[in-house]
Amino acid sequence: MIEILESRKNQVYENGKDTYELACDKASAAGSVSQRACVFCGSRVVLYPITDALHLIHGPIGCAAYTWDIRGSMSSGPELHRMSFSTDLNEQEVIYGGEKKLYAALTELIDRYQPKAAFVYSTCIVGLIGDDVEAVCKRVQKEKGIPVLPVHSEGFKGTKKDGYQAACEALFKLTGKDDRTPVSKISINILGDFNLAGETWVIKEYYRRMGIEVVSCITGDGRIDEIGRAHRASLNVVQCSGSMTYLAKMMEEKYNIPFIRVSYFGIEDMSSALYDVADFFKDPQVDEDTRKLVYDEVSNLLPELAEYRKKLTGKKAAIYVGGSFKAFSLVKALRHMGMETVVVGSQTGNPDDYEYLKSITTEGTILCDDTNPLELSKFILEKGADLLVGGVKERPIAFKMGIAFCDHNHERKIGLAGFVGMKNFAEEVYRSVTSPVWNYSPARLKLRKVTKAEPEKQVVGLGGV
Amino acid sequence: MGSEALKLETNHAYVSNRNSCKLCAPLGACFAFRGVEGCIPLIHGSQGCATYIRRYGISHFREPIDIASSNFTETSAIFGGKQNLSTALDNVTRQYKPSVVGIASTCLSETIGDNVDMYISEYKKIREDAPALIYAATPSYSGSHMDGYHEALWALVKTLTDPEAEKGNAINLISGFVSTEDLRELHAILSSFGLSYTLLPDYSESLDGGSWEDYQKMPVGGTPVADIKAMGKAEATIYLGKAVKQERNAGYYLQNEFDIPLYSLDLPIGIELTDRFFEALEEATGNPMPTYWAKARSRLVDAYIDGHKYCSGKKAIVYGDEDFVCAMVSFLDEIGISTPLVATGAPSASFKKRIKALVRNGEAPEEILDDTDFETMLELAGGIKPELVIGNSKGYYLARNLHIPHVRCSFPIHDRIGGQRVLHLGYRGALHLFDEICNALMQAKQEAAHSGYTYI
Repeated sequence: MIEILESRKNQVYENGKDTYELACDKASAAGSVSQRACVFCGSRVVLYPITDALHLIHGPIGCAAYTWDIRGSMSSGPELHRMSFSTDLNEQEVIYGGEKKLYAALTELIDRYQPKAAFVYSTCIVGLIGDDVEAVCKRVQKEKGIPVLPVHSEGFKGTKKDGYQAACEALFKLTGKDDRTPVSKISINILGDFNLAGETWVIKEYYRRMGIEVVSCITGDGRIDEIGRAHRASLNVVQCSGSMTYLAKMMEEKYNIPFIRVSYFGIEDMSSALYDVADFFKDPQVDEDTRKLVYDEVSNLLPELAEYRKKLTGKKAAIYVGGSFKAFSLVKALRHMGMETVVVGSQTGNPDDYEYLKSITTEGTILCDDTNPLELSKFILEKGADLLVGGVKERPIAFKMGIAFCDHNHERKIGLAGFVGMKNFAEEVYRSVTSPVWNYSPARLKLRKVTKAEPEKQVVGLGGV
Repeated sequence: MGSEALKLETNHAYVSNRNSCKLCAPLGACFAFRGVEGCIPLIHGSQGCATYIRRYGISHFREPIDIASSNFTETSAIFGGKQNLSTALDNVTRQYKPSVVGIASTCLSETIGDNVDMYISEYKKIREDAPALIYAATPSYSGSHMDGYHEALWALVKTLTDPEAEKGNAINLISGFVSTEDLRELHAILSSFGLSYTLLPDYSESLDGGSWEDYQKMPVGGTPVADIKAMGKAEATIYLGKAVKQERNAGYYLQNEFDIPLYSLDLPIGIELTDRFFEALEEATGNPMPTYWAKARSRLVDAYIDGHKYCSGKKAIVYGDEDFVCAMVSFLDEIGISTPLVATGAPSASFKKRIKALVRNGEAPEEILDDTDFETMLELAGGIKPELVIGNSKGYYLARNLHIPHVRCSFPIHDRIGGQRVLHLGYRGALHLFDEICNALMQAKQEAAHSGYTYI
């Protein structure tokens, strides 16, 4: 029997049954095996895809080691972002301070790798040992003539969301540098796409076909110089709103650039994203090109999806992801495949997000904020899900219980964004759900036995076998 | 290059660490704790530490790895983590019903000076039915994941062994950080000697179990706590791995406290080191090596001879944890592969000496580096012209840059299926590694050959 901790009871909500307000935006309960990481993680994942910057992690070795090459963010040029640099503080430096080492590390690495900028991530102990990271960064910036930006990402100072904010603050300092390079009036910045498996390139190509110039991608396949002219784009198009809304808001305030929120996952959301961007420019040519693009893409895609849909209709899905915006799109994309979502949750959703999730899911769907492996397994079993969509840490939970899994994580190598991404998504779900390996899963066999013994009782979750 | 002037007294020419070849101490402690029956690890620090370590481990073991966190906030960093630890223990006990909680500290909790020993004794006063609580001091600024691993074993033995325990198993086998298949091999070897034994840790099942019928809160497997309690009653301890500090060596502790003879051995990789292991077992048990292993040894010698022309005279880069690298170098020396560059990420005073002593046939390596990183290795490799890279999957980046094959072994293996199941130890482990190495070299040759021949 799996119990939900008292302090977490109102972070779980059954749609159509419970009436209280789902609690979220809270620190994780101590001892609860949260799937969340920390402030540092939030900053690191957001800034990681900037390919021509030096990313130096100031602290003992762990934080750098665990985040080496951690994202599948592709580059069309420099690969410096894939290196893992650390000041690797040892006991002596913790006692006497790490500033000297930080200065030496920054200097040598800038000399060796000639980056366009450097980010210095503070880890847990940096503040405690009294290092003035800001001062060291300032000094090196002056000496080396490139931006050297402290990222205040001490792990314990909040949640992953605070890390996003720290990253956005560092990014904001890089904007407003280039007023010379010509920029079109019909232009945007892509915010919050990280070019996992080349997804930014897919999206960028759509905008090109619509006649819209992409000034900068923040941060997928990111370049410091591009960010320097981002302030001259006409619109910020924000995906992964949890991480990038801070930056969009700061840019709106300072540069008067409006922003819209979009998602590039699933047919519906992908199409709306393009139409919403086109609507902004009120340009007949853009409108026409957009309509044509969506028409072409969707007409190509639908026949390809039909076969998958046939096999997947009626299956049930569970979703547990980092950001809730991703969850919205997944609910819709799965519905397109004939699948209903019976469990959905996120690490960092806010009250509005959960209200929206309530509105797009059906009665009986479990919504959960900052859940943990035990709860997740309980919900999946109770609701008879056939598929879990999640990240690396969720994968073995699904597999041990004999249900299919779709990787929607930082390190995936299959692009899920765009129309082509929808096809990849359907294919991945299909291939996992219909694999014959489930025929040998003890959990599945047990379920089958129960169905045979009690034919009148409706048993869910038998899909794929 | 401007960095020339910054040369410190380390083996990397840089002050900074560039692509780390080590991990932090709490990681090692967590995996050691997972090898005890009914034990859940709890990291006393930020939420991220537990999550990163889980993620890193899950990508290798492909199993659920639940590690709790006391989840520090700013308040706990200022006023101390006592309340967080206490809440975390309450919650993790309620949810998982563990018989042991293995607490690993972090750079954060150690820097603010949290006295975990004291917190534990106070907690036990208010929660009389608390599970056994073990504390491993594992600040990540001190030592590497291997120090954390041995620290946890030492803490387990020190905390749990009971002088009043009635009867123990005959042999204590305390193993360094090896694969789950290695642990199963150790079980097979020890069982065949016909005496009772305690293998610590034993994550052979808890980190590599079967498919489930029902969800398991705590995975099955692990060294039984009752067996650890009775380790003080054994007739001998064999400790595999020599990189452990004496004051944190659980075998040394048992020798001091309970007068149990200690055999301190290298990891048994290759013929020579496996011979040493079997000799120790024969001496400790008084029983001869079963013929099954003699046959395995003989088959291994036969394979060495069959395949020697494919590997003899080749040059390999070997890197990873000190104990793994030492044993691997000894094995490679047996089959005629030289190791001009051997490297370990953690600082070590003994590494050079150990490597030199283990190379018996060939030339001692030109570069024996401790406290180094992958980027340094890559920069040095250019002058060495290696033909093979041997070690965990993080070295793929060397292999890719150098256009040479990569034999994956040790930990972690994040880019292949079955990384947790690679067999290294014993005669059968050497046979497996030998096949892998020869085949990697043969495949490289075959792919490079114009004719694409089918006999080699």
